[in-house]
Amino acid sequence: MTLAALTAREIRDGIGRRAFSAVEVCRAALAEVDRLEPRLHAFNTIVADRALERAAAIDRRPPSAGLPPLAGVPIAVKDNICTRGIRTTASSRILDTFVPPYDATVAARLEAAGAVIIGKTNCDEFAMGSSTENSAFGPSRNPWALDRIPGGSSGGSAVAVAARMAPIALGSDTGGSIRQPAALCGVVGLKPTYGRVSRYGLIAFASSLDQVGPISRTVYDTAAVLAAIAGADPADSTSSAQPVPDFTAALTNDIGGVRVGVPQAILDHGVDEGVTRAFEAALERLEARGASLVDIDLPHAGYGIPVYYLVATAEASSNLARYDGVRYGLRVDDSAEGTGQPLRAPRSPAEQSMDEPGSSGDPGSDLLRMYERTREAGFGAEVKRRIMLGTYVLSAGYYEAYYLKAQRVRTLIRGDFERAFEVADVVATPTSPTAAFRLGDRIHDPLQMYLADVFTVTAPLAGLPAISVPCGFTPDRLPVGLQLTGRLFDEETLLRVADAYERETGWWKAWPPVVDADR
Amino acid sequence: MPERLTKVDVERIAALARLELGEAEKDLYTRQLAAILEFAAQIRALDTEGVEPTTHVLTRQAPERTDDPRSSLERADVFANAPEAAREAGFFTVPKVIGS
Repeated sequence: MTLAALTAREIRDGIGRRAFSAVEVCRAALAEVDRLEPRLHAFNTIVADRALERAAAIDRRPPSAGLPPLAGVPIAVKDNICTRGIRTTASSRILDTFVPPYDATVAARLEAAGAVIIGKTNCDEFAMGSSTENSAFGPSRNPWALDRIPGGSSGGSAVAVAARMAPIALGSDTGGSIRQPAALCGVVGLKPTYGRVSRYGLIAFASSLDQVGPISRTVYDTAAVLAAIAGADPADSTSSAQPVPDFTAALTNDIGGVRVGVPQAILDHGVDEGVTRAFEAALERLEARGASLVDIDLPHAGYGIPVYYLVATAEASSNLARYDGVRYGLRVDDSAEGTGQPLRAPRSPAEQSMDEPGSSGDPGSDLLRMYERTREAGFGAEVKRRIMLGTYVLSAGYYEAYYLKAQRVRTLIRGDFERAFEVADVVATPTSPTAAFRLGDRIHDPLQMYLADVFTVTAPLAGLPAISVPCGFTPDRLPVGLQLTGRLFDEETLLRVADAYERETGWWKAWPPVVDADR
Repeated sequence: MPERLTKVDVERIAALARLELGEAEKDLYTRQLAAILEFAAQIRALDTEGVEPTTHVLTRQAPERTDDPRSSLERADVFANAPEAAREAGFFTVPKVIGS
């Protein structure tokens, strides 16, 4: 048993009792990263020396200074969260060499709480995807089956936690990017209420949806990380001034009387049998613990995917306009080389009419061509596809039919949840309609890939918190996740129900086979 | 119902989005974006008469703060990531935009 296999809570307690040091824990985590990384590719960047220095600083703290809540706990941070002095790429060629001059608020708060960053995790490029196959640096692999995807976009974070490389990780969730990989890798993942956690330093994808959140093996650890990162931040005007409760204190193991809403109508089609069986068994266990099941209807939830992909891509097309090869990141500029070779096909009249100013003979066209070449070379296929879709739905003549219409349906989806929460305290669904699919299975069919998000897109559209907690396995021994969605700013109920369920079932104790291979 | 997306639309959108797409990409995106839009068009059947659009789930007004001077990032740290810059002078460098 390696120290790397301990939970964050156990690590912090052990360091407090001087049973082991933060440096020993850090070494153990880095050794597991070294051993498993060639098979899993969870990380884009590993910062071993920096991590060992930070761990040593924890060990040097005088006992009188008190022990911070995540003292000496190794953490893996998704590579779209800025870390001062540590390369941050969003798994994109366009940010391949970007080293942020500042920390994201979540990174600074975690380090202040004593956590030790060991590396930056692989993800779909700019968090756009459901499999990590859209990473410019190659996919991560599911620890439970190496030929399968780990989910996405925070796939590397889920893999690092599932394979016991780190007890906790940060992900970001826009349409399911924390919860779906957590489900597919058999770990816990929480998307907080919109505004609960600062987005300062999170590389923006869709600003009305993005939230940072924890991934861990136990619900307790997720509660502890949420407590460390939550709360108002002057650097993010959308962060909420709502008081931050003691999330770990909410884990009372008492869920008597909690009303669990089940939207049966949306669960009858398109869900794999193995997933349905695990989900229904989970509902029975919740009932056995004293929760009551109630029927609810979410009549517009079925429109979640089109609404999400219209709203999110529109916001993305605007957010990603900043990657222009001027201030940071990749620049592809052959116009000044004087080769005299035209490096692109002649442009259509439609394109030329868009040039500012004037035709390609103008000096300004060099700048325009630099932008276009930089973005063409720097962005991968899915990112370009989403920028194109978002630009289209915002363009004259289509704005009302697609973007504005989607925003109106977004209001209807919010209304569905408001009505559901009149009779239920949480809403339960499977996190993903299928277990992990094979690498390559969906990558050439974007629409098929988008359908993986059917149960996860609605919570961010409504701003609601949602958690995925392991609820068993398919007959092929692939993990299944139970998703619980709660009221605005009511993470406590989600955590309480998920924790009671976890204690009841103990699924979190299962190990993926890769961890024991050739030890 | 908007007409099916064409390659001309894709070229127009790519120019707006500042993407220099190759021919193969234009063909691929024409096909894929048309399929995605066709799928997305299902929301058009919904009655949203009188429904306000949600741009943001926050109900609170943007908070105000006092206008106090604060330190910002060090210039050298910012330029460290610039592909090309006149660091001493304090400028990012871009291709020539003014004729001689």
